[in-house]
Amino acid sequence: MEDKVVHGQPDLLTDFDRQRVAADDLRTEELLINMGPQHPSTHGVLRLMLRTDGELVLEAIPHIGYLHRCAEKIGENVTPVQFVPYTDRLDYLAGMNNNHGYSLAIEKLCGLEVPERARYIRVLMCELNRIASHLVSFGCYGLDMGAFTPFLYAFREREYILDLFEATCGQRLTYNYLSIGGVTQDLPGGFADKLAHFLDYFEPKIDEYNNLLSYNYIFVKRTAGVGVVSAADALAYGLTGPCLRASGVKWDLRRCVPYEIYDRFEFDIPIGIAGGAIGVPREVVVGDSWSRYFVRMQEMKQSVRILRQALQQLPAGEFRAKVPAALKVPAGEVYLEVEGARGQLGYLIVGDGKKTPRRVKIRGPSFCNLSIATHVCRRVLIADVAAILGSIDVVMGEVDR
Amino acid sequence: MANFTVEDALRSRWSASAKPRAVRTFAVLGIVLAVAALGLGYLASSAPGAGYWLAVLGTALAGVAAMTCLGAAFVIQFSRLVGTWLFRLAFLIFVGGLVGIALLAWVPALLYEQVDAAVADHYGAGATGVLTVADLEAVGWALPTDSIEVRRQGAVGWAPPTDSIDGRGKAVVGSAHPTASFLAYALWPLQFRLTRDILALVGVVGFVSLLAMFTIWWERKVAGRMQSRLGPMRVGGWHGWAQSMADGIKLLQKEDIYLEGADRPLFKLAPYIAFMPALALFLALPFSAAWICRDLDIGLLFILALAGIGVLGVIVAGWASNNKWSLLGAMREACQMISYEIPLGFALLVPVMTTGTLRLTAIGELQAGGFHTWLAFQSPFTLAAAVLFFTATLAACKRAPFDLPEAESELVAGVYTEYSGFRWSLFFFAEYAEMFAVGALAAILFFGAWYSPLPANWGAAWLHGPLWQRALYGILFNGPLWLIFKGFFFLFVQIWLRWTLPRIRLDQVMYACVQVMLPLSMLVLLGATFWALLVPHGSMLAVVANLACTALGVGAVLAIIGIVFYGYSNRRQLVGTLAIEHWPGS
Amino acid sequence: MSPQEIADILKTQFGDALTAVVAEGSHPHVTIAAERWHEAAVFLRDDPRLQMNMLRCVSGLDLHPEPWIEVVYDLISMQPGGQQGLWVNQSTIAVRVRVPRDGGHVASVADVWPAADWHEREAADLFGVIFDGHPDPRRILLPDDWIGHPLRKDYVFPTEYDGIPCAVTAES
Repeated sequence: MEDKVVHGQPDLLTDFDRQRVAADDLRTEELLINMGPQHPSTHGVLRLMLRTDGELVLEAIPHIGYLHRCAEKIGENVTPVQFVPYTDRLDYLAGMNNNHGYSLAIEKLCGLEVPERARYIRVLMCELNRIASHLVSFGCYGLDMGAFTPFLYAFREREYILDLFEATCGQRLTYNYLSIGGVTQDLPGGFADKLAHFLDYFEPKIDEYNNLLSYNYIFVKRTAGVGVVSAADALAYGLTGPCLRASGVKWDLRRCVPYEIYDRFEFDIPIGIAGGAIGVPREVVVGDSWSRYFVRMQEMKQSVRILRQALQQLPAGEFRAKVPAALKVPAGEVYLEVEGARGQLGYLIVGDGKKTPRRVKIRGPSFCNLSIATHVCRRVLIADVAAILGSIDVVMGEVDR
Repeated sequence: MANFTVEDALRSRWSASAKPRAVRTFAVLGIVLAVAALGLGYLASSAPGAGYWLAVLGTALAGVAAMTCLGAAFVIQFSRLVGTWLFRLAFLIFVGGLVGIALLAWVPALLYEQVDAAVADHYGAGATGVLTVADLEAVGWALPTDSIEVRRQGAVGWAPPTDSIDGRGKAVVGSAHPTASFLAYALWPLQFRLTRDILALVGVVGFVSLLAMFTIWWERKVAGRMQSRLGPMRVGGWHGWAQSMADGIKLLQKEDIYLEGADRPLFKLAPYIAFMPALALFLALPFSAAWICRDLDIGLLFILALAGIGVLGVIVAGWASNNKWSLLGAMREACQMISYEIPLGFALLVPVMTTGTLRLTAIGELQAGGFHTWLAFQSPFTLAAAVLFFTATLAACKRAPFDLPEAESELVAGVYTEYSGFRWSLFFFAEYAEMFAVGALAAILFFGAWYSPLPANWGAAWLHGPLWQRALYGILFNGPLWLIFKGFFFLFVQIWLRWTLPRIRLDQVMYACVQVMLPLSMLVLLGATFWALLVPHGSMLAVVANLACTALGVGAVLAIIGIVFYGYSNRRQLVGTLAIEHWPGS
Repeated sequence: MSPQEIADILKTQFGDALTAVVAEGSHPHVTIAAERWHEAAVFLRDDPRLQMNMLRCVSGLDLHPEPWIEVVYDLISMQPGGQQGLWVNQSTIAVRVRVPRDGGHVASVADVWPAADWHEREAADLFGVIFDGHPDPRRILLPDDWIGHPLRKDYVFPTEYDGIPCAVTAES
């Protein structure tokens, strides 16, 4: 090798330096790419600033707030009953769960007792909505991976759930059904039969979809080992719901801190399992995108179990407690979390004896789940960013509130 | 605004005075022209020499013009009636048009046959020469009802090769048909290669356009059915058959948008760089031994080279768009191309080595006969090469699971992000044309080309029969329809895969192509070499391998048919609960 | 572990910095002086008795007309060891930190619990509390050029933003 002259100076570089210089020469310019706010795989108006080296993402910086609708400010200015419809718009894919959390928090603060039947109806609705939400997640995740067809299948099943909701409360997306003191109206006639029919139809479909997508070789290759979140990281970043359970933390508020009547049902908490176990491809690492996705698939089955039991135990009776027309939020505060479809949905409500609460803070699970994106999307490919975001399953309505 | 109805579409836009005036004008013009045509016709019957031909030409032109004018007058006068019936008969007209196009494709073949027969009559069999109009007129015209000797066995399509007709003419000489002189003028240009090339070119362009329009509609229908929905149902009436046409018209009308910082000349050029090779490779693609624009002796190489140039268009498009997503798409396309081209080439070497030629017609002809003669079923290595080839062509066509350059969920729309309107549609024309081309290529190289699975010798007698027997032979045993059918079958498989599989990641594409498919294709090539060297034709091993591979192929076909029937008979269950019973009142 | 026990542990550790304890009710909490908060956060996370390993929520709380704003940290300690491999909720506590209304500073705990990163940005965005040592102190929900902190009770609604008129009648 000839002696090189660098910038007119004699070459005094060691071999190690030469290699480093060569590496510097080879290094290409970095690319700054805006992924979103209008991008097919950011699931809404999330904007990610990607700093990439070719296809390799060096850093992903989320920018949120495009869907900020001042939900908390509205919550301070309307009465609790009036605020229930607004909670539908937070996580718009699981409106029932949002209603539920808010109603429970207000009931706890005001000391309201909910009739038994209403509690069962609430559980029915929440679990159905969890299935509907997970179906969207499943379908959209397939879409993110380039498989179009599961999306349509997922929406086909979800359609039935939405029809059930429509028959129950007249709404298909923003229900305003689970209200303070119970539910707004009783179940329609024939609901139990229809629901039982749906459950019988739907349960085998989950296995079908597992065969179609979950165990698809390409799909596993795309998602297994991608975006691994360790249990410690998941806890530190406040991940909850399927994202936390996929990291191997068996934590579900429905079992660990039972609220409503969840302690009356038998169901399992699916968690992420390392590859090689039965039903888990060998490439899978605990806490990767595949685990997050698959926990949701298994949760649908558990929801079906809960639904069957709840349907069996469903008592007759009142569907709503007597709620004073001018409900005052008493002085005091409450922080209550429920297990929403995406994780723990928390409401901090501070009242001071007026008709409207002083403060309504909403802890959106997607908000916390999304905050790990920067940490995970480091030195991955652009295609993996879609895989990771899809597996975190954010709903921007809840992130931006 | 209320819904736009058929009535609205048919409402006359003529003002009260304009309509009768237009009708009057056209009617008068039509009558005058008709009278002129009659007069010219009378002249033609008496005028000698060149005047005769001028008069004939005038009669024809005046006649056509007269009919047009009278027709226009009729349409304007009875616009409602005509419009209503056009709407009612739209589908019939569409089907009639398709059938007409198919029949029209025959006409040149028959005419070529006439010319070649005349040339052979005049100069002797196998010789070449140029006939004058008078010569052709002397030969006359009759449908070839007599037997035709075909020298080259197996090279028979609907139009036998130029040098294959012998012993013809006796039956027709002297029986000059009254229209013989007309036809002589029509036939005269057909003896030149250039005319035939131009005709073939028109045919290819027409075929590719129809193909792309049909395939886009078909893909949407297939995708719809796979996803338990219906796909396009509105435009045109029956199952939205006119959807592609409507889309095409819409795309043509769209604004041609450029980005501020785009490299304009390249941006404009890129769709054509992508489209032209896809079109041009049809020039060397045989639809049967005789139905080919140019039978190149390096046909395979030519098609591969053109397919490679198409990639350049995509890369240029990505670069010129001045969009980072497009650029990433272009880089992906470049990465993908250098990955799949090598295994593709190796897989292609297997049939080339087995047949010893690059001429596609020759490769196809060697596979004459039934299922077992197809190249893919000759040995395990050719079957493996066929599978490798098909996988690599998926990447070449940018189809799922290799659709990385456009990867709509990752790169927005990849290289096509900034394109709109007609330029955008050109890319898709190119894509669908290429999809069919590689499907047809797979059929030619591995799956019996234009031969049906029926043993060819069953219908050998029909080869020498009258026209209808030869047509039946072409439909049942051998002919372009079979190649088109096979091409569409592979196209369907591509569609099927696209709506079933997720997308592979870029590094996995490169891994799969370079680290898996490349060594595999090398092994297959090596295996095929040793097979050719060590296993003599007709030996026990060769026969067993042939039978086993054929059984595999037959099994696959039967399985597909079985699945299709199962799916069709259970379609209501497969569609889901919603189709069976729905929540009342919703 | 009950909130009272946690409060006792904190009391022995931080003494007078622990200014108030509400161990009963639907939201038991302790109040800690802003200067000692970061230290307390590390203690809460690392002390083997407490092990508050997850920060659930950070909320701003405007107690108008009091001249301060409170930041509420909701903590939970969850540990493995329940039946069927379930994790167990050991203890739950909320910590409040009181800061002056204008220019209130509090130490960021994003280095203790990374979850605090976005939550603190949100509190800073909507309440104007300044978190010292925050790794990325930008606004999070509102545009960067927004004026004011909307969730404060003394917030004055703007009449226009970037030339877009806002049809808001100041009702407060």
